[in-house]
Amino acid sequence: MYGKKVKLRFIFLALILSSVILTVFLILQSLKENVVYFQSPSEIKSLIELEKKKIRVGGMVKEQSVIINSNEVNFIITDFKNEINVIYSGAVPNLFAEGKGVVAEGFLKDKNYFRATKILAKHDENYMPPEVKEAIGDK
Amino acid sequence: MLINQIGYYSLILGLLLSVLLCGVSIKDFNNSSKQINQKVLSLSFLQLVFVIVSFVSLIFSFINSDFSNETVFNNSHTTKPLFYKISGTWGNHEGSLLLWLLVLTLFIFLFLIKSKQQPKKYRILTLLFQQIIIIGFFLFVLLTSNPFNYLFPIPNEGLGLNPILQDPALAIHPPILYLGYVGTSIIFSSSLAAVTQNYVSKEWSQHIKKWVLVSWIFLTLGIMLGSIWAYYELGWGGFWFWDPVENVSLMPWLTLTALLHCIAVLERRSALTSWVIILSITTFTLSMCGTFLVRSGILNSVHTFANDPARGIFILIFLFVLITLSLGIFFFFHKENNKNSNNFFWLSRETSILINNWFMMYFLSVVLIGTVYPIFLDVISNEKISVGPPFYQKLIVPFLIPFLLFMSLGPRLKWIKSKIENKNSLIITFIISVMLTFFILKNLTTDLLFYTVLVSVAFFLLFTTLKELFIKKFYNISQTVAHFGFSLLILSILFNSILSSEIITNIKIGEKYNYNKSEIFLKKTEERKESNFNAIIGHFEIKDQSGKIIELKPEIRVYNQPVIITSEADIKTTLLDDKFLAMNLVKGNEYFNIRYQVKPFMVWIWISVLLLSLGGLMSLFKKKYEK
Repeated sequence: MYGKKVKLRFIFLALILSSVILTVFLILQSLKENVVYFQSPSEIKSLIELEKKKIRVGGMVKEQSVIINSNEVNFIITDFKNEINVIYSGAVPNLFAEGKGVVAEGFLKDKNYFRATKILAKHDENYMPPEVKEAIGDK
Repeated sequence: MLINQIGYYSLILGLLLSVLLCGVSIKDFNNSSKQINQKVLSLSFLQLVFVIVSFVSLIFSFINSDFSNETVFNNSHTTKPLFYKISGTWGNHEGSLLLWLLVLTLFIFLFLIKSKQQPKKYRILTLLFQQIIIIGFFLFVLLTSNPFNYLFPIPNEGLGLNPILQDPALAIHPPILYLGYVGTSIIFSSSLAAVTQNYVSKEWSQHIKKWVLVSWIFLTLGIMLGSIWAYYELGWGGFWFWDPVENVSLMPWLTLTALLHCIAVLERRSALTSWVIILSITTFTLSMCGTFLVRSGILNSVHTFANDPARGIFILIFLFVLITLSLGIFFFFHKENNKNSNNFFWLSRETSILINNWFMMYFLSVVLIGTVYPIFLDVISNEKISVGPPFYQKLIVPFLIPFLLFMSLGPRLKWIKSKIENKNSLIITFIISVMLTFFILKNLTTDLLFYTVLVSVAFFLLFTTLKELFIKKFYNISQTVAHFGFSLLILSILFNSILSSEIITNIKIGEKYNYNKSEIFLKKTEERKESNFNAIIGHFEIKDQSGKIIELKPEIRVYNQPVIITSEADIKTTLLDDKFLAMNLVKGNEYFNIRYQVKPFMVWIWISVLLLSLGGLMSLFKKKYEK
């Protein structure tokens, strides 16, 4: 039979190999479940089937569309071609304002209504998330 | 203006010295004398001096608001307080690279004076490898991100520093973090040198362990400072967001922690040599990748100052060269030392350290894939995705259970061959932990079984390390302290996340908001003017269930240069919990958007990280490794 050392090596290799496979499998599996896709209002309009998963919608906050009451914020995200209504109850970032870029994360109720669970914070006045820039087409 | 010239030319002189240093040390390499030529030491010192001069002159330009310097113009403003003028030096891309360079040259000089007992050829090779890195950084700074670019006509006023970077924690966060990052470069150079000299041995491990510890301590503290800053400055009330930039600092920490454990095996048993080398190379590569990802503008984050593809490409090429070089050296020179591998037993300290390494590598792959996958997908398919906290939580949290369990048992095992002693007392401790957890959590969480198991093993680790601390007082106390700190960290994070409560609402001046017997009342707001910002301060009164009233005064700051609005949360910290209130402004609206959080054991998260580093510090100053 093989010596003890060879056997030990073999066990080690087998252990490493199987744990690598397990790790990769686990990671890929939960990547599939936890990835959040980014979509523009136009892309949502052209959806054939309504997404059940959490998505991100980005674009501009339409002028004169923000309505705030004590527990909700309503506004419209537009990419100047299509728009979508957003309902949100939670903290808005400081730079959230009409006519500025925004990214909202949440669930689609239908093609015109989006329930946001998070509005993403941004850090300065001129910064625009690259996704938004692309969504509204270099403006 | 003159100062700018001095800074610039000292950089060039520093680069020339690098080349000279390489020449002199290569000549010295074949010299038969036992010690390194004194010239090498003086040259290395001179190089350090030049980089310091360059760095100090940049600081002076910042203090004097010398806007003929482009870096100063882009990142400073006359109205900024002095403290932030100085910290602005490394709060930008160019300056922070200069700081990297400073630490690189400082560390190689320290290495040379601290390693006099080591073989001469090994020291010279380490110096050479380190100089390769240093030359790379000199070129990077001079060619793509010169901090001394001249501006004409001279502007009257600068553009200002991003206000969220104007913060004491963030002023010292980069230097501390860099000490950790750059410390890994010494480990990298020295392990490559050790491989070429076939010197990967007990003596080497004892000497390099100090450097591993130093980098580890600084990296730990640096990460903590960053997360303290995120906690009170970003106004989201969390301390870790699994943001790519945070991940990038966590990755080298994981490999460095693995290395720290592994090097003990090398020290005691002369085993795992290849693994130690691979870990050293990986750690430094990850630190470099961190710089690459943050500085190239690929990641979108607060930390991304620059968006220049030339820089990204430069670092990418540099990284590629270093990795190829190190792997080439590793495969060409490395000989596995087979003397000791025959007596291996499953139940031993070695195995437990291997298990630790397995977990570290697993956590690393999760974080790595989560960080890199979105970039990758964007490049190949142009799809924009983001990987959020649930991904990391789902993959990491369950694995903490076996990890903590092994962590409680592993250190009790002896080297080579061992059996578990005091089984009964261990079982009793475990039962106590489970029962304690069950009573605490009984009514608190929905996922009772999972959290009971998780919190129990954390308690189990806490109790076993505590017992160790009190019973065997001087038996490897540094390790016990660090492990105790870690168990405390996990416990505070768990309780913090289970017990935290949050209220988000919109409120007007004079309005009260009631929720289960508590009350938030916005009494009034007042305004305050500072040189660099105007603040709106909200006066809130918060009454909790027992009727106790506390006052919190969060601020909204409108900075003038550049115009940015930030929220300064107000936090009342006690040993039991943090009460956190942040307020946001909605433009053109009378409502303030507020976020009120009660976060139990928050301060214990910071305390336990400090304990963790204290463990490292104790190990660093210990004369001899434990019996």
